[in-house]
Amino acid sequence: MKIQLKDITMRFDHTTAVDHLNVTIEEGKLVSLLGPSGCGKSTTLYMLAGLYRPSEGELYFGERLVNKIEPENREIGMVFQNYALYPHLTVLKNIMFPLKMAKVPKKEAEARAKEMAALVQIDHLLDRKPSQLSGGQQQRVAIARALVKKPKLLLLDEPLSNLDARLRLEMREEIRRIQQEVGITTIFVTHDQEEAMSISDHVLLMKDGRMQQYSAPQDMYDYPKNKFVAQFLGNPPINIFPAKLSDDLQTIVLQDTRETLQLEAPISDPAAMNGDYELGIRPEDFYIETDSVKAGLKVETIRVERIGRDNLLNAKLGQINLRAIISPDVKINKGDMITLGIRPGRARLFDSSSGHNLLH
Amino acid sequence: MNDKPTLNKTLKAVLYLLPALVIIVTFSIYPIVKSFFMSFYTDYDYFKDLVYARGLDNYKVIFEDPEFWKSLGNTLLFVVGVVPLSIIISLVIATLLNQKIKFRGLFRTIYFLPFVTSVVAVSIVWRWIFHSQYGVLNYFLGLFGISPINWLTDPTWAMPSLVILAIWKGLGYNIIIFLAGLQNINQQYYLAAKIDGAGAWERFKNITVPLLSPTTFFISIVSIINSFKVFDEVYALFGGQPGPAGSAETIVYYIYNKFYGEWDFGVASAAAYVLFLVIFIFTLIQLYFGKKVNY
Ligand SMILES: Nc1ncnc2c1ncn2[C@@H]1O[C@H](COP(=O)(O)OP(=O)(O)OP(=O)(O)O)[C@@H](O)[C@H]1O
Ligand SMILES: [Mg+2]
Repeated sequence: MKIQLKDITMRFDHTTAVDHLNVTIEEGKLVSLLGPSGCGKSTTLYMLAGLYRPSEGELYFGERLVNKIEPENREIGMVFQNYALYPHLTVLKNIMFPLKMAKVPKKEAEARAKEMAALVQIDHLLDRKPSQLSGGQQQRVAIARALVKKPKLLLLDEPLSNLDARLRLEMREEIRRIQQEVGITTIFVTHDQEEAMSISDHVLLMKDGRMQQYSAPQDMYDYPKNKFVAQFLGNPPINIFPAKLSDDLQTIVLQDTRETLQLEAPISDPAAMNGDYELGIRPEDFYIETDSVKAGLKVETIRVERIGRDNLLNAKLGQINLRAIISPDVKINKGDMITLGIRPGRARLFDSSSGHNLLH
Repeated sequence: MNDKPTLNKTLKAVLYLLPALVIIVTFSIYPIVKSFFMSFYTDYDYFKDLVYARGLDNYKVIFEDPEFWKSLGNTLLFVVGVVPLSIIISLVIATLLNQKIKFRGLFRTIYFLPFVTSVVAVSIVWRWIFHSQYGVLNYFLGLFGISPINWLTDPTWAMPSLVILAIWKGLGYNIIIFLAGLQNINQQYYLAAKIDGAGAWERFKNITVPLLSPTTFFISIVSIINSFKVFDEVYALFGGQPGPAGSAETIVYYIYNKFYGEWDFGVASAAAYVLFLVIFIFTLIQLYFGKKVNY
């Protein structure tokens, strides 16, 4: 089912939790709602579920305007942030509940519930009550309950937040697999960027109730619309340097050290000239330049940490600390002055007042 | 504060507890024990406090007394008439009051009023409501073409009148307890049930009722116990009589009558002990299952 949000706004007494959201979600896609805590992810999900009625805007499921449709008639499945399993029912009864409400014959309901339980690997826990389950097990029951009635839209509110790292990885692949198998349109709330990047077709990044960017995960990473998006994605985070632009609109001058950097092309928006800028470079876009003739940033090494396959270099450019991921082959010691090159096309330039990306 | 209890501290504590203890012992424990012994006094001089003979005769008397069985039967009828209806009505009202409605506080106060008013004062109003000629109840029934009923003077209708009064009287307390129970149910379950396709009635049946069952259980037991002890309502509603032709004579009325009417203290005590036993059993049930019914 295709989902369309048109100018969707949700106001509570003192806050605007969601502010004029315009998004179209294509049928069968998995979309992650990503953003810092309190940015309105759950609120957006609740509006899709019909538990909140938008203060403004229109919500379409397919061609149907659903603003006024009650949740019980929306054909959705949902996993709540705190599971909300029925405490008085066993695991099996919990999973069967949506089928019971849909008046599915008991035998069939039981068979389907058991099938679902097997899929999420809790078939040995069917007779337990929710209070006798671990957080991760409860979460899986909740996922099974949401999927069992084969809904048209699946809403997941941070369904993996209570699992350990390994199970989390397993479950997210499981969700992705089930989602693609059933072909169900899915919206997945998370504040874990890596999770969002790895399983979604599209990521919707929000901040303070406003949409920041809506695009495929890799595009969002490579072509962030603004500084917030650039900073939110990526670990370790992107390095930001205050900068000026020289008159040719192509040479960046770093404020602190007066070092310069050539852009491949002049910036597109001449209206933004003469302002203050910020240069953003991701840690993995640096490399160590050994050719002393070539251009690069001269930095002083503070520390080198080994993180998994790579080395993380902590260095100082003038007064600004930066991080770079470098190959472990090169031996560098504390205090060494080195030159960092920037991979072609990987420098980002932001308008420091609006935060807009000026290069893409 | 987890140091060891010392003699000094214990004495001090006892001193603080003493006033309340004296009152409880004098007016609760002593009568309970005394009446237990009294129920075995078969020959007793009340004024000189002399016991000439003891035995099980008092119990024999009540078990052979048709009036005792009748009053016990009436009481059971009363319990069966009051408790289920009272619970259903108060649950419905509590559910309505738990919605987001205007003047919620006002409604709550109105429904709570019966609980804090005096039975005697209120019974007078109800005597008027039930009045066969001038009563509002018959007036309303008349609007539907039902001919006047002698609520308080017809032996068939005396018990229903009493039941109506008792239900009304118990509403306030039950509603407040139910409201507290309802507010203890996490709202998330209702949201989840909505998503799962449950309509309002299904949500009530599958979420509210089961999750409220500890509260319902508590209210049932308390109502049963209180209903077994009914007396004030009978006394006030029928002007000191146990209803027309003893049709509303309850067990406590029987005890009262044996004591003050016939000065038969031994028999009164024996009957009181039978009642005590019934209540005791229900209390045990409450204590035992009350712990189990929990999520
Ligand atoms: N029922 C409500 N009444 C008033 N304000 C609310 C309500 N629900 C949410 N808010 C506010 O709306 C904003 C968005 O909340 P929301 O729960 O959607 O955040 P979120 O993105 O899901 O955060 P988290 O990652 O912590 O779950 C917050 O500022 C929150 O305080
Ligand atoms: Mg949330």
